[in-house]
Amino acid sequence: MDLRVSLPGLELKNPILPASGCFGFGREFSEFYDLNELGAITIKAATSEGRFGNPTPRVAETSGGMLNAIGLQNPGVKRIMEEELKFLEQYETPILANVAGSTEEEYVEVARELGAHHRVNALELNISCPNVKEGGIQFGTDPSLAASLTRAVKSVSEVPVYVKLSPNTGDIVEMAKAVEGAGADGLSMINTLVGMKLDLGTGRPILANGTGGLSGPSIKPVAIRMVYQVSQAVSIPIIGMGGVTCVEDVLEFLLAGASAVAVGTANFQNPLICPELIEQLPELMDRCGYGSVQACIGRSFKHEETSLSGT
Amino acid sequence: MHVLQNKWIASNTFEMKLTGRFVNSMKQPGQFLHIKVGDGTSHVLRRPLSIANVDHHIVTVIYKIVGKGTKWLSERKIGETVDVIGPRGTGFPIEGVRNEHIVLIGGGVGVPPLYYLGRKLVQQSNTVTSVLGFQGKDGVFYEDAFRELGETLITTDDGSYGYKGRVTDLIGVLNQDVTQYFSCGPKPMLKGVSETFTIPGFISLEERMGCGVGACFACVCETSDPEDSKGYRKICQDGPVFPAGEVVL
Repeated sequence: MDLRVSLPGLELKNPILPASGCFGFGREFSEFYDLNELGAITIKAATSEGRFGNPTPRVAETSGGMLNAIGLQNPGVKRIMEEELKFLEQYETPILANVAGSTEEEYVEVARELGAHHRVNALELNISCPNVKEGGIQFGTDPSLAASLTRAVKSVSEVPVYVKLSPNTGDIVEMAKAVEGAGADGLSMINTLVGMKLDLGTGRPILANGTGGLSGPSIKPVAIRMVYQVSQAVSIPIIGMGGVTCVEDVLEFLLAGASAVAVGTANFQNPLICPELIEQLPELMDRCGYGSVQACIGRSFKHEETSLSGT
Repeated sequence: MHVLQNKWIASNTFEMKLTGRFVNSMKQPGQFLHIKVGDGTSHVLRRPLSIANVDHHIVTVIYKIVGKGTKWLSERKIGETVDVIGPRGTGFPIEGVRNEHIVLIGGGVGVPPLYYLGRKLVQQSNTVTSVLGFQGKDGVFYEDAFRELGETLITTDDGSYGYKGRVTDLIGVLNQDVTQYFSCGPKPMLKGVSETFTIPGFISLEERMGCGVGACFACVCETSDPEDSKGYRKICQDGPVFPAGEVVL
């Protein structure tokens, strides 16, 4: 079974990668399995200076999902390069480095530094973090701001740029087209949906931040719908994500139009989820009659054309 | 791991005994097991439960029913398996602690890890005094077990059993030869304990966790030292046990 996928900057031996923010910088999961098994490694968002993030509690469980409001905690781009990317040098797996910031200048600075690092194969532009006051999602809800930021980052980045889209927007197709027009090499979607959970005892939100990003299986249908719509409207590849917990979910994202599939929250319940999905994928594809990952991608909307052409 | 026992021991409080292949790695008191709850993907987060005891091939955890996840756990029957990652975290550093007089101070579900700790300390020829706080009489558990380790004082918030008041109220009456303290419980209690004592001590923190392995940055706390090179600690990985004063409570 051919699991390989070739994406801008990322030659994946299989279509499975962890989602940014759920995997740290890989170090902790390397205790559980060999990171070379992964299609790619997505590392946690980097900002120009270190950030402490939000007060705790930062997570709350919901039915079939969870809310988080970490607040982009990270040690800053320099330390990420010196400590975390250095650690990852022992692996051959391609690295997708997530870039965040409060201002366009900060995104550009971080993208320039990370994009020039020999171990980084592509950047993921985080314009969709719902948990920080400045930056993040404000770029992800306004197509013209998103396009201008994408253009600015593209002009300094030495590697391909994927833009991570927020579902917290009126028209995700318009957003996708805007960043494609600005030169994005790919998309990753979806980030979390803004939510809230209240403590019945105190009557206040459980998260210290009030709101948080909802992830997990409960958001998967939203993600599938958005990947399905966007993949038909753009010609750049999509890394699909949102609530993947089993190999059937992986196939569903591929059929919806994703070229690779990222696993987020499920890493918390099962640290071995990524290698397990990689192992199980060939059998499911075989059972469903697909000979390669390429044959699955976008099958949901290509179905009609292929049956008409008689293949 | 296999469930050997799962029984009600106090108000909404259960004692669960488990056995499995990695029990022999659970040597340091203060570490926790990260337990999957619920069927399928109904609960996406594991529950961190501190190790209350390890005896040969059996590990004990004690938990309180606070929601659907722990309710599910309380319904597990003998012979069933539960999905456990562990032991995780950094526990109490007691290697080399000998011939000292140690005081253990616990509140509510912060009491369990102190039992395994106390047993180890007694094995290492230390004298142990325990001060345990509960909400009320029906919440008290493990009193006899702690008495076997040494002098044990119980407090209840409502005065329905033992001393009425908080564990910190009793610190003043403790024997002056106490050399070190170990404490686990809610943050306000730990704050009170660490501000009252002048001797060195270690505290164990509770926090809502995400991954439980150090990757998600959900359970962090600030360091007291503003010059600290990181400025934070991860409770699931660097902790849950910290030297008193290292992190902001």
